[in-house]
Amino acid sequence: MKKLATMTIAAAALALFAGNASADMQKVRIGTEGAYPPFNSIDSEGNLVGFDVDIAKAVCEAANFDCEFVVQDWDGIIPGLLAKKYDAIVASMSITPEREEVVDFTNKYYNTPAKFVAADDADFDISPEGLAGKSIGVQRATIHENFLRDNFPEADIRVYATQDEANADLVAGRLDLVMADSVALSDGFLKTDMGKGFAFIGPDYSEPKWHGKGVGIAIRKGEDELREAFNAAIKQIREDGTYEEIQSKYFDFDVYGKPTS
Amino acid sequence: MEPDGLLSGIYRTFQIVWESFPQLLGGALLTIEITIISVLLGLCFAVPLALARVSSNPLLRWPVYGYIFYFRGTPLLVQIFLIYYGSGQFSDFLEDIGLWTYFREAYFCAVLTLTLNTAAYTAEILRGGIQAVPHGEIEAARAVGMSGGLLYRRIILPKAFRLALPAYGNEVVFLFQATSLVSIITLMDLTGVARVIVARSFHVYEIYITAGLIYLTITYGILWVFRKVEFHLGGHLRERPATAVGSKAVVAPTVAPR
Repeated sequence: MKKLATMTIAAAALALFAGNASADMQKVRIGTEGAYPPFNSIDSEGNLVGFDVDIAKAVCEAANFDCEFVVQDWDGIIPGLLAKKYDAIVASMSITPEREEVVDFTNKYYNTPAKFVAADDADFDISPEGLAGKSIGVQRATIHENFLRDNFPEADIRVYATQDEANADLVAGRLDLVMADSVALSDGFLKTDMGKGFAFIGPDYSEPKWHGKGVGIAIRKGEDELREAFNAAIKQIREDGTYEEIQSKYFDFDVYGKPTS
Repeated sequence: MEPDGLLSGIYRTFQIVWESFPQLLGGALLTIEITIISVLLGLCFAVPLALARVSSNPLLRWPVYGYIFYFRGTPLLVQIFLIYYGSGQFSDFLEDIGLWTYFREAYFCAVLTLTLNTAAYTAEILRGGIQAVPHGEIEAARAVGMSGGLLYRRIILPKAFRLALPAYGNEVVFLFQATSLVSIITLMDLTGVARVIVARSFHVYEIYITAGLIYLTITYGILWVFRKVEFHLGGHLRERPATAVGSKAVVAPTVAPR
């Protein structure tokens, strides 16, 4: 108990000290999910790690923001932003017209296609008719859910709170396929022990109507100053090599996609 | 807000609610279905469990005590995760013993968890009812020669059910609301449907308030049923209506005719 009290005091002192040191820096709270490896996840010691987290830290440094992370479940992540629980979302959120009606986005910071994964000996005809009645797992409130509902309406679409849960049900045999971002599936599932015996199936999907203009940082509408600061920071880390340095930690290919016009 | 904007805002709200209402009702049907099945199955399990719980045989009493203790002592969310994702981890074993076809379905896992959960609570409620049966009534029954099964069937259980009924009504309402947790294992119950609509439209208030009102309406229905049942079972405990006429109302003559 005493130890805990000492630690609390130490933490409070540290927070105070940090607060003083950064008195001139703008405080920005970043909302992220922490269950979408390799982009954002929580490691065994409880720290947030991943591509999104590193990009957020780099962007904050470039923009001279004092950033603090807030972990929030995915399907409440936009309502949480609107309720001012945090000021920006850096959580692999794709820029889509539906979301742009309620939040503003910065320019993209990466763009990768969506894909299906199934057992590697599966022989599905990847078409709306071919997947009729097949069970497909997808994370709730994602572009992939919308894409599936609009393009594969005959399929048995099952929604999960996290991608990890959908993957677990694919392994258990409750699902025929899962759909998500190709990199999230590759690094977060196929390259792990759990993903043995599973493989990508079907084409790359990157339809602007559903998959959007890539992944950006979401902020509340009308906060143009913050958006411009983030845009400038993204541009800066793209130019000074920070982006490539972070990218090489996670991927052996370019995740940024085509340069924005 | 300008009056014009306010009006169109109200109009839009009603439009959103109107458009999503059929879907929400579809979800509500699944919610009701899961509740009814779990409540009925749970009650069937609860009666023998309650009897075992008050049994003098420790081999009956202690395992049941452990079961009730587990299901009352852990969150329902944990139980659902355990049965759904836990069974997924042992799918090969379950397949070998032929149970995977059931555990594969989220519906089965949800009903199983809710049934086991409500059976534990209901058994405990019934135990309270059984132990609250006045000793004098049991003695009276024994005095006329009843014992064992007959004593339980004729005297103890009917009285225990009546005593337990108000608490049991609460349990059914709790279970009904707890079914909202099944949306996390992919079932499209009322909450699940509401979450899907909100995820796409971001109309958080409109949809959740509507879903809440549907839950409220159904809860009212459950309470109404229990009030009726209580009224029906408690007939002999009520005062007779003073103005009632007819042969049924004729009570023992207490005053001499004039």
